[in-house]
Amino acid sequence: MFNTALTWNDLLFLAQGAGMTLAVTGLSVAAGTVLGVIFGVMRFQLGPYWFAPLTFLLDIFRSVPLLIQLVLGNALQSIMRLGWPPFTTSCVVLSLYTAAYCTEIVRGGISAVPPNTRRAGRSLGLTWSQDMRYIVTPLAVRVSLPAWIGLTLGVMKDSALVLWLGLIELLRASQILVTRLQEPLFILLICGAFYFIISFPVARFGGYLEKRWSPND
Amino acid sequence: MFNYTFHWNQAFKALPQMLDGAVVTLQIALLSMAIGLACAIALTLFRLSGNRILGGFATAWVEVARNTPALFQIYMAHFGLGNFGIHLSPYVALLAGIAFNNAGYLAENFRGALKAIPDTQTRSARSLGMTSMQAFGYIVLPQMLRIAFLPATNQMIWAILMTSLGVTVGMNTDLAGVTQALNAVSFRTFEFFALAAVIYYVIAKIVTLAARLFAARMFRY
Amino acid sequence: MIEIENVHKSFGQLEVLKGINLTVKKGEVLTIIGGSGSGKSTLLTCINGLEAIDSGRIVVNGTDVHAKGTNLNKLRRSLGIVFQQFNAFPHLTVLENVMLAPRKVLRLSKAEAEAMAVKHLTHVGLADKLNVYPSRMSGGQQQRMAIARALAMSPDYMLFDEVTSALDPQLVGEVLDTLRMLASEGMTMICVTHEMKFAREVSDRVAFFHKGILTEIAPPEELFDTPKDPNLQQFLAATH
Repeated sequence: MFNTALTWNDLLFLAQGAGMTLAVTGLSVAAGTVLGVIFGVMRFQLGPYWFAPLTFLLDIFRSVPLLIQLVLGNALQSIMRLGWPPFTTSCVVLSLYTAAYCTEIVRGGISAVPPNTRRAGRSLGLTWSQDMRYIVTPLAVRVSLPAWIGLTLGVMKDSALVLWLGLIELLRASQILVTRLQEPLFILLICGAFYFIISFPVARFGGYLEKRWSPND
Repeated sequence: MFNYTFHWNQAFKALPQMLDGAVVTLQIALLSMAIGLACAIALTLFRLSGNRILGGFATAWVEVARNTPALFQIYMAHFGLGNFGIHLSPYVALLAGIAFNNAGYLAENFRGALKAIPDTQTRSARSLGMTSMQAFGYIVLPQMLRIAFLPATNQMIWAILMTSLGVTVGMNTDLAGVTQALNAVSFRTFEFFALAAVIYYVIAKIVTLAARLFAARMFRY
Repeated sequence: MIEIENVHKSFGQLEVLKGINLTVKKGEVLTIIGGSGSGKSTLLTCINGLEAIDSGRIVVNGTDVHAKGTNLNKLRRSLGIVFQQFNAFPHLTVLENVMLAPRKVLRLSKAEAEAMAVKHLTHVGLADKLNVYPSRMSGGQQQRMAIARALAMSPDYMLFDEVTSALDPQLVGEVLDTLRMLASEGMTMICVTHEMKFAREVSDRVAFFHKGILTEIAPPEELFDTPKDPNLQQFLAATH
């Protein structure tokens, strides 16, 4: 075995960090996806011109480093005297970040539904909402799901940056232990293994879905 | 709602310093792309070689790069290598971390691009008497580069954004690092970081535009 | 001369060539007909060594194609092949498509390769398309370019693998005309084809493949007018 000063308490500390990573990721992806679906449908219904201001706004979240976004979000909540704890700020910023990517995914999914399929649905007398629900959603989800899985994993990895606001998530927890125990490689490897064990199988599953559902096969 | 006075003047006064930081940012991004590209080509060849050890090494690299946070990779370079008595400066650690990340994503990108080129292209080239190296170099590679170009530009944008992570390992000469240093003295967090955000945004857009112009000139077919 | 002796070839469980014997002399035009899966296309890719064979021998100009130590790259210069799919190199212009192999394989100078390419492209009627990318051309034009590309290596033999099968019906004629022209110029050709009228017109001999066996080979009038193999009779009845 490794000769290490790592105790069970330290492992618990790491596990709590991992819990924080998953909590931030889960909340942000959930909120970001809801927003992303709303924006994505709006984008599709309004067309590129009317939606342009929002497109521009969302593009900012994809063209500015997340770290800067987090710092700005935190500064802004302090300026506005919202009194948010770092956890809330982190989740809000990450949600908007997620929404920016999710909007593109949803828009892509909806536009991948052939217009003739939709016309066929409408010709049968389906209303817009019925068409959306029974025709567009099932087809669009198929197209979008692999990309959405990729986005979720991306957000999980990017959530490490919330350590800058003082949240003790997995990477920050590892760093604290590294400083205390002076065993950087071993502790960081545990930390990396955790990310890898979650990310790798899910990414493979996403790749499998993409292959299986790709229209060309 | 706001009981706060914005002091934009301070930020604008620091603009030259921040632009110097932006140059460092761009420099790290470009260097990390160049190193990443070289490694990605090597990794792709390893995976094509049919050699188990080389192939396994390449696959491990690609999967670790894609399935762990970029910040983790930078931490590994900065803290993790300390176990072996290797202490990298923030600049080198940041560069190594991003280059490692770039190589993984680019290698995967190359693999997808290679898959998209039909086998019959190589067969035609071989039946004209070309060696397998010639067929790869003259027929497969140029087509692969075209398919891989757009995703590679996205990776370049990612590289630019990732440079900001250097500040977490004590980097203080790139845009994020300079901004953080200014912030530490003045506490004008919002103003400085908002200006930094604008600079990052402009860099990202210029790089995207340049890549498009380049692609339009390079790939005419 | 191309000599094929007792060639066997399997893909996994499926034996596609079951002992083929065939000799093609210089200047001869041989067409191969037969149903799909009869092994006729596989034979062509075995002749230029793109596919390995399981047993037997294929000898081209005195060189055993599948012997160890045979320089296939050198051998393939004497064997031009054109496929069903045009396989244009999409990133090169028409001229560059044709010039590439002469320059890199035959090591001709740029001027020599260009002259060679222009000559052959003019020959197949594409003189006005030199600087166009293949994606801008019709299937028939792309296929004629592929023929010029093979001809530019100055091969001794040309192998045509169902070169009109992927074409729209109205484009078949221009490609067949090109093949007729080559035949009349004395090029040694092996054509796998479904165009019976064409086969009758240009061939010195026609071979019929059925399930991996060459069951009948004869001059076209004889093979088409008085077929002996019942499978051939059935095949001809079905295609007319």
